[in-house]
Amino acid sequence: MVGRGAMSNSIAELKESPFILATGTNTTETHPVIALKVKKAVSNGSKLVVIDPRRIELANFSHRYMQIKIGTDIALYNAMSNVIINEELYDKEYVAERTGGFEELKHFIREYTPQYAEQITGIPSEDIIATAREYAAADSASIIYTVGITEHSCGVHNVQSLTNLALLTGNFGVTGGGVNPLRGQNNVQGAGDAGCLPNNLPGYQRVGDDAARANWEKEWGVTLDPNPGVTKVTAIDDMILGRMRALYIMGENSLASDANAGKTRKALEALEILVVQDIFLTQTAELADVVLPAAGFGEVDGTFANSERRVQRVRKAVNPPGVAKPDWQIISELGERFGYKKKFNHPAEIWDELARNTPILAGISYDRLDFQGIQWPCPTSDHPGTAVLHTDNFESEKGYLMPIPHVGIAEPTDEEYPLILTTGRRRATYHTGTQTGRSAGIELLVPHEWVEINPEDADELKLDDGEVVSVISRRGRVQSPIMITEKSPPGVIFMSFHFPNETPTNVLTTDLHDPITETPEFKACAVKIEKIAQHHKNQSDKNGTQNTNQSLKMAG
Amino acid sequence: MLKEETLKVVINGQEVESSFGKTILECARDSGVDIPTLCFDSRVKATAACRLCSVNVKGRRLPVAACAQKMEPGMEITTDSSDLESMRKTILDLVVSENPTGECVRCEEIGPCELHTLTKRYGSKPGRFHGALSGEKSKDTNPFIFRDYSQCILCYRCTSVCGELEQAHAIVPAGRGFGSRIAAAFDSGLLDSSCTFCGQCIQTCPTGALMDRKMLGQAKASEVTKVKTVCPYCGTGCGLNLHVANNKVIGTTPDWDSPSGEGSLCVKGQFATDFVGHKDRLKTPLIRRNGVLTEATWDEAYDLIVEKFTQIKEESGPNAFTFWTSARATTESNYIMQKFARAVIGTNNVDNCSRT
Ligand code: SF4
Ligand code: SF4
Ligand code: FES
Repeated sequence: MVGRGAMSNSIAELKESPFILATGTNTTETHPVIALKVKKAVSNGSKLVVIDPRRIELANFSHRYMQIKIGTDIALYNAMSNVIINEELYDKEYVAERTGGFEELKHFIREYTPQYAEQITGIPSEDIIATAREYAAADSASIIYTVGITEHSCGVHNVQSLTNLALLTGNFGVTGGGVNPLRGQNNVQGAGDAGCLPNNLPGYQRVGDDAARANWEKEWGVTLDPNPGVTKVTAIDDMILGRMRALYIMGENSLASDANAGKTRKALEALEILVVQDIFLTQTAELADVVLPAAGFGEVDGTFANSERRVQRVRKAVNPPGVAKPDWQIISELGERFGYKKKFNHPAEIWDELARNTPILAGISYDRLDFQGIQWPCPTSDHPGTAVLHTDNFESEKGYLMPIPHVGIAEPTDEEYPLILTTGRRRATYHTGTQTGRSAGIELLVPHEWVEINPEDADELKLDDGEVVSVISRRGRVQSPIMITEKSPPGVIFMSFHFPNETPTNVLTTDLHDPITETPEFKACAVKIEKIAQHHKNQSDKNGTQNTNQSLKMAG
Repeated sequence: MLKEETLKVVINGQEVESSFGKTILECARDSGVDIPTLCFDSRVKATAACRLCSVNVKGRRLPVAACAQKMEPGMEITTDSSDLESMRKTILDLVVSENPTGECVRCEEIGPCELHTLTKRYGSKPGRFHGALSGEKSKDTNPFIFRDYSQCILCYRCTSVCGELEQAHAIVPAGRGFGSRIAAAFDSGLLDSSCTFCGQCIQTCPTGALMDRKMLGQAKASEVTKVKTVCPYCGTGCGLNLHVANNKVIGTTPDWDSPSGEGSLCVKGQFATDFVGHKDRLKTPLIRRNGVLTEATWDEAYDLIVEKFTQIKEESGPNAFTFWTSARATTESNYIMQKFARAVIGTNNVDNCSRT
């Protein structure tokens, strides 16, 4: 593994990348403006290979689309490594100087022939070979991915096997190359940078690192626990067991966005106190004992960090409603009541405290962010920021090639649950809909949830386009109209989680998760579809079908 | 990428350096020489439809379009002769004569459009020419993009941006000659087209033919302030300007200096910021009393949290607490939250939604 969950390269650079491998990313829907850079590259003559179980819109721009069976990524990337090593297409100098583990990988990868991978992934071996050759031959090649890679029980291994490709071909540290996770939320990067992870202090300094801890202890004037805390997934188990008694949530609709919603509800209900600080009374806030009104976007000063590690200023434009206050202010005031007296008057002061103790951010100040953002690492006030990571070396000195075995999804189909449900987003709506759901007109673009299903499956189940069905998993059931589309491969259905009131999709998803990051496998769980009573169907036909046709178009 | 090789040219008597592959317009702008343009958007191929950017090149009989003509070594260019200026005025006279006056609210509500900024500069007035009027007001009822082709000057910026940059091809040039117009496929409304409502056509349109419908009727342009910030949705981090009037966000425009957005936005950044100040917003703290969430003061809310947290900490220690922070909130607020967890409560149980 190399570095931390951020793009190694920059967004605008994609326009210049001669070869782009887009895998597990429905970029035109989830990151439409990044998709523009990819389209631009293609119109400038760059090659684009799209790998996705669903025939997504981006595939229309690719010179090769590879429809992969869900959850078989590792077999594919291993087979590409196999070709790159066997045909000696790898960058020998780079591998010798900058990487470790080559011999082990070479040995391990032998069984992953393209023919073997074809059996697992469903992708013709010729396509695997051609893609491996093109990727290795390109002057620089960029890999982009989204949660289609990480939201699996083998998410970390997926990333590691992808990273092998970039290491073998010397694609780190070069413009137009790299391995680039496109991050879903506006400031998911900043939340991690700020230390909102159970094992990391701000700036990805480990809680177990004595020197780092000592530094923060000095800054904060307290003694810190050297043991990592628990992730959300573990915390939920602990709540059900009664070990976790209090939860404070800032701005997250966990009930609607987390996997296995039934379990999440049970956990939240078991708490002795649930505090929710948010801008709307979300489904999660409705369960709280105390709800605190926060100032939201457009009402606060501060920074967001985007996918390319760029820290950017956000600014207050209007006053918050009622007595709502900025999140930082609420928590500071609460801290004072617990006897912690340090006071901040403006987010700039908070930034300075963070930056002066965080080497990767140390050179960034609000003054410097006035016109444009700066990409970390930015160690000093005269450093321009870093567009491309790893130009000289890796965090761990060498980038390690990892032998990763293929495992498959955690909850495969069986006779009772013969379909795979995969979840994701749609362009015009966002997440649990608390914001887009309150923006006028968006409802015309994506009026409601629908289940995308292949014509073969619909035929077999005798379903009509627009018909409302029950989707059932081992954990629960929801109802939704269907849309029959070739976009879904046979055996796979697709849903979003944008309508948690009408169709709480995460009631279905599994919380089986990656053992390392504890990210749940949102991208695959076993389900079945059942027809429901006739009168339901008629009702939805009146106000459902036409909308579904509309939606079809919007989803491209 | 093309290798940048330099060449020397003369603009308005001054020798300047430029590089191969650049247009006269780019080179002029690089060296601080202003050439007016109307149909030009640097992100797409020049259509050279308006001829407003015409300049004289020594040795050529006719003026050339600076936005489309590539630099050649030794070119001697004049951009500001009185002939050129009077030609520009005539072009503008002609253009505005085709549009009805007194109907467009763009300059008053959103701010001066490019066309009217130019006509003011050249003192052009409508009515000098009498001929066919431009197109018609569209009956399109979509809630985002107002379309009034009576103000259209057929510069083709919108269709180039839609086709070339977005590759959506929702609107295309249609008809010929006097019948030329801009249309969605089958002359339908945009809701029935391949439009994704990125709003880029509005942002490039130099007239009031395309406008942000949500922004109309909200305020006078003079009451509006623009606040530079970043989109609150996905991790692309496109820069945008919030348009604010009377403590209300009335819409957005792209930040052309944004390194990741480069002037683009998608439907969410462009049209989904009206949740700010929505009537459903939480306005006061709420406390559960007899099973029901009821309004409370900050003091009451803080007191309750302090009391309960203190009790739990005494009984079960700091690790009976967990804190979930928000990938939507600012980095500063996230920092303060984990600091509260670690320094005040004493637990590393802090996580954000990156897993989910
Ligand atoms: S609608 Fe606007 S951008 Fe499009 S051709 Fe007419 S004037 Fe130009
Ligand atoms: S405008 Fe669209 S692509 Fe850009 S940050 Fe916002 S949601 Fe993402
Ligand atoms: S701006 Fe060059 S022809 Fe219109």
